[in-house]
Amino acid sequence: MMTKIAFVRKKEIPPSAPPITEVGLIGWLRQNLFSSWLNSILTVLSVYFIVVILWDFIPWAYGGHWNTKSLRECLDLDPDVACFSVLTARWKQLLFGLYPAEEYWRPTLTFIFLLLAIVPILFPRFFRFFWFSIIYPGLAVWLLWGGSFWSISIVYIGLTLGALFFLSLIRRYLKNYMVAAILAFLFTAVFLLFISNPLVGLLNVILPISLPFVESLKMGGFTLSLIVGVTGIVASFPIGILLALGRQSNLPVIKMICVGFIEFIRGVPLITLLFVASVLLNYFLPPGTNFDIVLRVVIMVTLFSAAYMAEVIRGGLAGLPLGQHEASASLGLTYWQSQRLIIMPQALKISIPGIVNTFIGLFKDTTLVSIISLRDPVGLASTIRADQKWNGIYWELYVAIGLMFFIFCWGMSQYSQYLERKLKTDK
Amino acid sequence: MSSPTLPPSESFKFSMLLSDTRYRGMSLQVITFIIFMAVFFWLVDNTIKNLALLDKDVSFNFLWLRAGYDINQRLIPYTSDSTHGMAALVGILNTLLVAFVGCIIATVLGLFVGILRLSKNWIVAKLMSAYIEGFRNVPVLLWIVMVFALLTEFTPAPRAFKGAEPEATMLFFESVAITNRGTYFPAPVLAEGAYWLLLCFGLSIVAVIYFIRYANKQKKDTGKSLPTFWISVAVIIFPTLILFFAMGQPVSLEYPYLKGFNFKDGIHLRNSFLALTLALAFYTSAFIAEIVRAGIMAVSKGQSEAAASLGLRPNKIMSLIILPQALRIIVPPLISNYLNLTKNSSLAIAVGYMDVRGTLGGITLNQTGRELESMLLLMGFYLAVSLLISSFINYFNRSFQIVVR
Repeated sequence: MMTKIAFVRKKEIPPSAPPITEVGLIGWLRQNLFSSWLNSILTVLSVYFIVVILWDFIPWAYGGHWNTKSLRECLDLDPDVACFSVLTARWKQLLFGLYPAEEYWRPTLTFIFLLLAIVPILFPRFFRFFWFSIIYPGLAVWLLWGGSFWSISIVYIGLTLGALFFLSLIRRYLKNYMVAAILAFLFTAVFLLFISNPLVGLLNVILPISLPFVESLKMGGFTLSLIVGVTGIVASFPIGILLALGRQSNLPVIKMICVGFIEFIRGVPLITLLFVASVLLNYFLPPGTNFDIVLRVVIMVTLFSAAYMAEVIRGGLAGLPLGQHEASASLGLTYWQSQRLIIMPQALKISIPGIVNTFIGLFKDTTLVSIISLRDPVGLASTIRADQKWNGIYWELYVAIGLMFFIFCWGMSQYSQYLERKLKTDK
Repeated sequence: MSSPTLPPSESFKFSMLLSDTRYRGMSLQVITFIIFMAVFFWLVDNTIKNLALLDKDVSFNFLWLRAGYDINQRLIPYTSDSTHGMAALVGILNTLLVAFVGCIIATVLGLFVGILRLSKNWIVAKLMSAYIEGFRNVPVLLWIVMVFALLTEFTPAPRAFKGAEPEATMLFFESVAITNRGTYFPAPVLAEGAYWLLLCFGLSIVAVIYFIRYANKQKKDTGKSLPTFWISVAVIIFPTLILFFAMGQPVSLEYPYLKGFNFKDGIHLRNSFLALTLALAFYTSAFIAEIVRAGIMAVSKGQSEAAASLGLRPNKIMSLIILPQALRIIVPPLISNYLNLTKNSSLAIAVGYMDVRGTLGGITLNQTGRELESMLLLMGFYLAVSLLISSFINYFNRSFQIVVR
């Protein structure tokens, strides 16, 4: 028996629009800002906080004076706004320290080259320009300190010859890498110690290329921060890897030395190490030696962050499943092959955030050199404030310096997040 | 048919020391050891020669000589007539004080910020990440001098509190004065009988510890959980409070008051101490916040789903499932951040706070000219603290980490 159906819908009802409180701006606000009474209170508090901060900050910064001669003049004009004139007057010092004014192009060029040199390392697409990153360190040293072009390039020539010597040895005569490496090392050392000096003299006569020499104590400002920071970063990474491997090694002597080194460095504050560099190092070196203070600081900062780097990488190594070591060993790979092809790529990938954090920490720690009276931006800030004209100025300087550091450090952390996303193989 | 034979035993050749894996490790170690010892003795030899050139010896006798300088913040009795050793001790205590207070503030702030950063509230989450990025990406030295400038430049001088209509007033019912010479708090004054109060307080804490143990055992045995938190709070507060009034309020507060151009009495926290502690705490809290966030996020979602399907309530899921697992991830890096804070406190020199680096590694070093000995002692102190803390981390890891092969 069939019931009579009065009405059968032939077509589906078009979906009705979601309630206005669930979509669009209102929906977003409801879900993200006012989902519960606690959230609503937090939202109101946050907005109040932001408004209060901006209410004070924007007029202060926007109305700031840029062209007065001293802080006094600023205060006479309007005491409630910023006095950025200190930056107008002293920005060169903040960037270059006491570097001779007519040579400012040299640090500037070094910085531009730095940006060019890190591009091939950061973005694999440009890897074909990697040769520039290799020659950059020498170029930077020559540009910053000056002197003869040849005395820097002879190091490169020596290292290249050494590498060629090593390659030809293992191609033709020797099977043992270690013996070949030792011979090549001796060869390079002999070249650099005995042959390079006369050769440089000769080249200087034939083709004299040189820049006026600038001594280390003249370097300051962000130039100094970047010199210490970038050198430290570049040098501490390989040392850190070696230390981490040494600490994981099953050779007890090597393990003990590495553990001792890492724990010692990590146990003391960087300041004490910098003091050792500035005060005590003369005790430890042969009487009469006195080498460059910037170099000493760079070495200490490098050793310091290498120890932290080693711990970060050790964390990455420990994070790898044991099966990876065993599998690569059962494939018949040697220790260095399995490290290079299997272990390190994975371990480094896991430890990217830690590595970049160490880099950021190192770059921030370059400010500590102001305590052993080198003229980094923070040290310069006190020098500038000691000047009668700018005595009493705080925020304008500190905000500017803080902003510079923020840009570099934040840039690094953003890059590390990009790298993590790019290298992520498991979803 | 050929039967497997042993490879012919090779006679030992000198080159095998470097090429054969049986000997290579050993010879490598011997070479490393020789180089290491050579470098070490070279350094020691240089030091001896240099000391002879400067006509110096290595002696720690200076620790028992009169120091002759004042330290403005001291936790133990010290005058300029005390010894250098006492000065070092005062410095050590000052360092530990900054580290202790700083760690507590940093932990509380870091927990707060880290949890709020995970909030679903968009604006709060953004604000918290701004806080974290701001503090993490600017050098701590800059934060220290900035907080110091804030405390000295934007606070009223003590004389602003003077007069019938003062420019500045004290906070919290006339009890706390924030001035450019530091902050003054009321100080507790212990009258007769106050020690009974302390004893009572201590006993309540012991009682609470035993009670919590009992409650946990009860929960394991019967599955019933007691309202631990409220009972503990009550046990800690009420007996002491009752005793306090029963004994006629033996502890009173001594309020700071203005005398002449400065405040008298009360607890005086100098701006150098405040700036250093607060800046270090803010800075470290940003790192702790990230650790807390990472720890909570590292507990896989399946855990909370499984707990929910077992019928646990959200707050029970948090306290019984998520937090115990997150803590295992959070605690080791948290402690190493405490260590970082302690080491960063050596930046005290930037604001003139007399920590151990300022006394032993600063004035004592300069006055006595004993660079080598002072730096050795200084490094020894920091090393001891750090080894103590890292052995604690190792202990924690051994007892709480999931055991793999």
